[in-house]
Amino acid sequence: MDLQSLTRKSDYEWWIERKGQMRVPGILYASKPLIEGMDEKVREQLANVATLPGIQRAAYAMPDAHWGYGFPIGGVAAFDPNEGGVISAGGVGFDISCGVRALHTTLTARQLESVKADLAEALFADVPAGVGSTGALSLREAEMDQMLCGGAQWAVARGYGNEEDLERIEEGGRASDARPEFVSREAKKRQAREMGTLGSGNHYLEVQRVAQIFDVVSAAAFGLRQDEVVVSIHCGSRGLGHQIGTDYLKSMVIHGYTPIPDRELACAPIFSELGQKYLGAMRAGINCALANRQIITHLVRGAFRGVIPGVQLTLLYDVSHNTCKIENHRVNSVSTDLFVHRKGATRSFGPGHPDLPPALRDIGQPVLIGGTMGTESYVLVGTGEGEQLAFSSACHGAGRSMSRTQASKHWHGRQLVDELREHGVLIRTRSYRGVAEEAPGAYKDVNAVAEAAEHAKLARRVACLVPLICVKG
Amino acid sequence: MAGSVNMAGWEHYSHGADIGVRGFGRSAEEAFEQAATALTTVVADVSGVRQLETVEVHCEAPDLELLLVSWLNAIIYEMAVRNMLFSKYRVVLSGLSLTGTLVGESIDVERHQLAVEAKGATVTDLKVACNDEGRWLAQCIIDV
Repeated sequence: MDLQSLTRKSDYEWWIERKGQMRVPGILYASKPLIEGMDEKVREQLANVATLPGIQRAAYAMPDAHWGYGFPIGGVAAFDPNEGGVISAGGVGFDISCGVRALHTTLTARQLESVKADLAEALFADVPAGVGSTGALSLREAEMDQMLCGGAQWAVARGYGNEEDLERIEEGGRASDARPEFVSREAKKRQAREMGTLGSGNHYLEVQRVAQIFDVVSAAAFGLRQDEVVVSIHCGSRGLGHQIGTDYLKSMVIHGYTPIPDRELACAPIFSELGQKYLGAMRAGINCALANRQIITHLVRGAFRGVIPGVQLTLLYDVSHNTCKIENHRVNSVSTDLFVHRKGATRSFGPGHPDLPPALRDIGQPVLIGGTMGTESYVLVGTGEGEQLAFSSACHGAGRSMSRTQASKHWHGRQLVDELREHGVLIRTRSYRGVAEEAPGAYKDVNAVAEAAEHAKLARRVACLVPLICVKG
Repeated sequence: MAGSVNMAGWEHYSHGADIGVRGFGRSAEEAFEQAATALTTVVADVSGVRQLETVEVHCEAPDLELLLVSWLNAIIYEMAVRNMLFSKYRVVLSGLSLTGTLVGESIDVERHQLAVEAKGATVTDLKVACNDEGRWLAQCIIDV
C-alpha cells in the first residue's frame, strides 16, 4: 500500500482521511512494513466501508488486513441501527463464526515426546478433516434446529464436553435470538453430515508448546505455563455457514442496499425485514460453529485419552473472528448498542468487561491468534485502550502474503511435510496440494502481526505457541 | 494453472486470501462451462474425475453476472451435498435462466488429489463480458 495515501498518526496508526462519500475516516493499525506489504485493495475497501450508513467512529483495519469481500479481511466496523445502520453478509464472511479455541492439557512437551507420533495418528483418525470428510453425527431437521438455537450448550447437553467449557466461550457458548427458520433448506442439507468436521483450507487442529511467556501475570491468570502442551482448533460453521453467506449475499445484492457501485458491499438496514432475517440466520450460523468446535473438542479429548490415559483437557477460551454482534460502546460520550462487524478480526475485551467470565474479568479476554503449520501462534489479552481504538478488536491470524496459486507453484506439499518433520512438527493431511497452498512462507510473519497489535495497544502479547502436531484441514 | 488458451479455456488467478476463476468461450454458455471447470480444479485434479453420474441444475438471476455466481454456487452445493466432483459441464441459457448438466463421480480421497473446499462463489471481481473478437469472459473470486 502506498504510504503517501495515508496520514501517519503514530508508528502503528495510519488514517485514510475522510473524503467524498466517506462518513468517517479509515484507520489502519499496523507497522510501516506491514502497511507497505498490504494490498491497495485494503485501502480501497476500507474507504468503501466508511461510506456505509450508520457507521460509527471509523472503519478499522487490523495489522493482518488483506483484500476481502467488500470489507477487508481484518476489518472492523460498527453500525448504529438508529442512524440507519446496516448489516452486511460480506462484512461477516462466508465462514460465519470461524474461530479459534485453545485447550490446556496437563502435559509438558517433554512428557508428550514419546507418544507424539501415536497422538498424531489418533487425532488424524478421530477428527474428520479435509475435502469431503463427514462426521459421525447426522442431524435430522428438528435436531438441526435445536443445534442452531443452542450452539455449544446444545452440544454439551448431548454429551460433548462439560458445563465448565461453556463459560470459556463467548456468550456462554450460545448466540441468542438465532432464527433457524431463516436458514434455507439447502444450508441445513449441506450441514447434515458435517457436524464435528474441521473443513479444509487454513483450518487446522494443532498440538502446540508454550514456547515463550511475555506477560507473566496474564499467563498465570490464563493458566499458561512455559513448555505446557496446548491444543488449538481453528474452524467454523462448515457448509451451513457457507450456504447462509451465499444465500444472503445474493439477497442483499438483489433486494438490499448498495451505496456505491460495488456489489460486494451489498447490505441491508438492520431495521429491515432482510436485515432481521440475516441476523437470525447468522446467529444460527454462529451456533453451528460453536457446536462444531465443541464436538471436535470432545473428539480431541477422546483421542488424547486413548493415547495418554488420565490426561485432562480444559478450555482456555473460544473466540470467533467472523461475526456481527450487538455490543454496548460509548460514542461521543453516549452509551450505545452497536452492531459490530468483525471480518477476520477478534473481539478483545479489556479488563473489567462485564461479559467476561469471573475468572478472567480482572485480566481481560484471551485473544487467540492462529499461525499456520510450522509457524508460531499467539495468545494475547485485551486492553483497556482497545475499546476506544477499535471497539475492542484485534487481529485474527497472520494473513496471507502470497496467493494460493503462487504458493502451489512455489512449494511441494510432500517436501514441506518432510522439512517440518525435521523441525519437530508432525503434519497429518490427506492433501499434499492443500499443504503446498498453506505453506508457512505464503503467510505474513505472525510475529510481526502480534507485535504490531501490541504496539498499537489493541491487545498485549501473553504467550507464544509453537506447533508439535498439525492435522491439516 | 490454466486450460486451453484458444477461444475456449479457463485459468486461475491470484487473490490475496482465496482464488479467482476465469472461463473463456465463443459464447456465454461456453465461458460459464469453462469457469465451472476452473472451479472444480480449485478443489481437485479434474483429469482423474470419471464421468459416471449426471446431475441437472437450474438457476435464475436478474443479470448475467449474478447468473454466473448462481451457477458456480449451484455446483458448489451439488459437490457438497452429493460428495461428488464433476469433470464435464454443459450450460444452456434461455435469457437469464440457466440449465446446467454436471457429469462426474463420487469423491475418492485417495485418487482425486483434493486440495481445498470451495465455500462459495462471490461477487468480488465479478465480470461476464464479450470482447471485440467475440470471446466471452466469465470470472469471479471463489472463497475457499
